[in-house]
Amino acid sequence: MSESYAPRDWSSQPPYLHPDYKSTVLRAPTKPLIPIRQSLSEITGPVYGQDRLGALDADLTRNAVKGAEPIGERIIVTGRVLDENGRPQPNMLIEIWQANAAGRYVHVVDQHAAPLDPNFLGGGRCVTDGEGRYTFTTIKPGAYPWGNHDNAWRPAHIHFSLFGPSLSTRLVTQMYFPGDPLLAFDPIYMGTPADCRELLISRFMLEHTQPLFALGYEFDFVLRGRHQTPVE
Amino acid sequence: MSKLRQTPSQTVGPFFAYALTPEQYGYDFASIADGALVEGDVPGQRIRIEGRVLDGNGDVVPDAMIEIWQADEQGRYAHPADPRGSNVGFKGFGRMGTGTDPEQRFIFDTIKPGSVDGAQAPHINVIVFMRGLLLHAYTRMYFSDEAAANARDPVLASVPAERRHTLIALKDEASAGAVYRLDIHMQGPNETVFFDV
Ligand SMILES: [Fe+2]
Repeated sequence: MSESYAPRDWSSQPPYLHPDYKSTVLRAPTKPLIPIRQSLSEITGPVYGQDRLGALDADLTRNAVKGAEPIGERIIVTGRVLDENGRPQPNMLIEIWQANAAGRYVHVVDQHAAPLDPNFLGGGRCVTDGEGRYTFTTIKPGAYPWGNHDNAWRPAHIHFSLFGPSLSTRLVTQMYFPGDPLLAFDPIYMGTPADCRELLISRFMLEHTQPLFALGYEFDFVLRGRHQTPVE
Repeated sequence: MSKLRQTPSQTVGPFFAYALTPEQYGYDFASIADGALVEGDVPGQRIRIEGRVLDGNGDVVPDAMIEIWQADEQGRYAHPADPRGSNVGFKGFGRMGTGTDPEQRFIFDTIKPGSVDGAQAPHINVIVFMRGLLLHAYTRMYFSDEAAANARDPVLASVPAERRHTLIALKDEASAGAVYRLDIHMQGPNETVFFDV
């Protein structure tokens, strides 16, 4: 095999079983993962380009409007997709989903007694440009309560889904906001190894802030990279 | 050169459907993929793959998302890293949530893949996501009517013999079409084999 990906860095990843996050208890695999020698099955993966996207997919303030603008604080979320060797990853699909400004998801199962926004869906996607950069325009999501423990609240976050160049680079994660006091109480965020939690927090950037329109936040992704030395 | 740290994974959570599987769940947003992998007259044997996801209590998980990635009938992936490529218009990617079927099944209508490299038995790569999984889990599905190829497969050979059955979808001989079934057990005596890909 001429091509393969560096192993997952387990020291940067949360464990499957993290009892503070109660849903892991009955859903985490209990047996050790079995190593697989990468073949074409692992170094290939789905390819999606700009042609599969709608014109407004990356602008959540406009992609679901029903005659008025969504309520809330407009934000720009931008950054780059890199591999661990620092190489930009162009033409990569990114999908996002999030709660509205009141902390309510459109999903029918979300029972939180906060208002839906008829002009906001909360779903979006885009494809990175030649330098691996992406940009979304959206509404800052609100915190929301959940049933994990007494008085449990999720810190404001945006869910992200990336394929990267292969099946082995698949990443689903969440982006948080700087200075959120709820982070320290959130077992999902705190399930991440302590020295990697910062990697999940976006940075406020005045340079990405659009005057009179929206605050700017920057968030980069680092995916597994190619092995730099050829394997047998 | 020092490497950058890999971005940590976080759970897909319970509310992915309106963005990742919107059409399946009835949301007004286009899906990029669903359970129907075959468009037009792609060559290959039409098959259906179905199953459920079960937790450590044996309860069916109604909020999982399953993704599949597979080769075409000749074992070619629609990706630049496959030197043969796939030129038959078969993308090979499917995605379904378990929240819309009355039995909480995932159901994929696809074609049976060929052997990828001559050595591996026909198989489908599977990624499991759900609330309660902080990191997605990789597994594979092989086919019960490929016993000879399965016996030579290097990945199956790396799995303890008593656990291999968790990776082999059983052909339903009673159904008219070719239907294969495999449940994914997150825990328990039949815990599915998950791979460190
Ligand atoms: Fe969420």
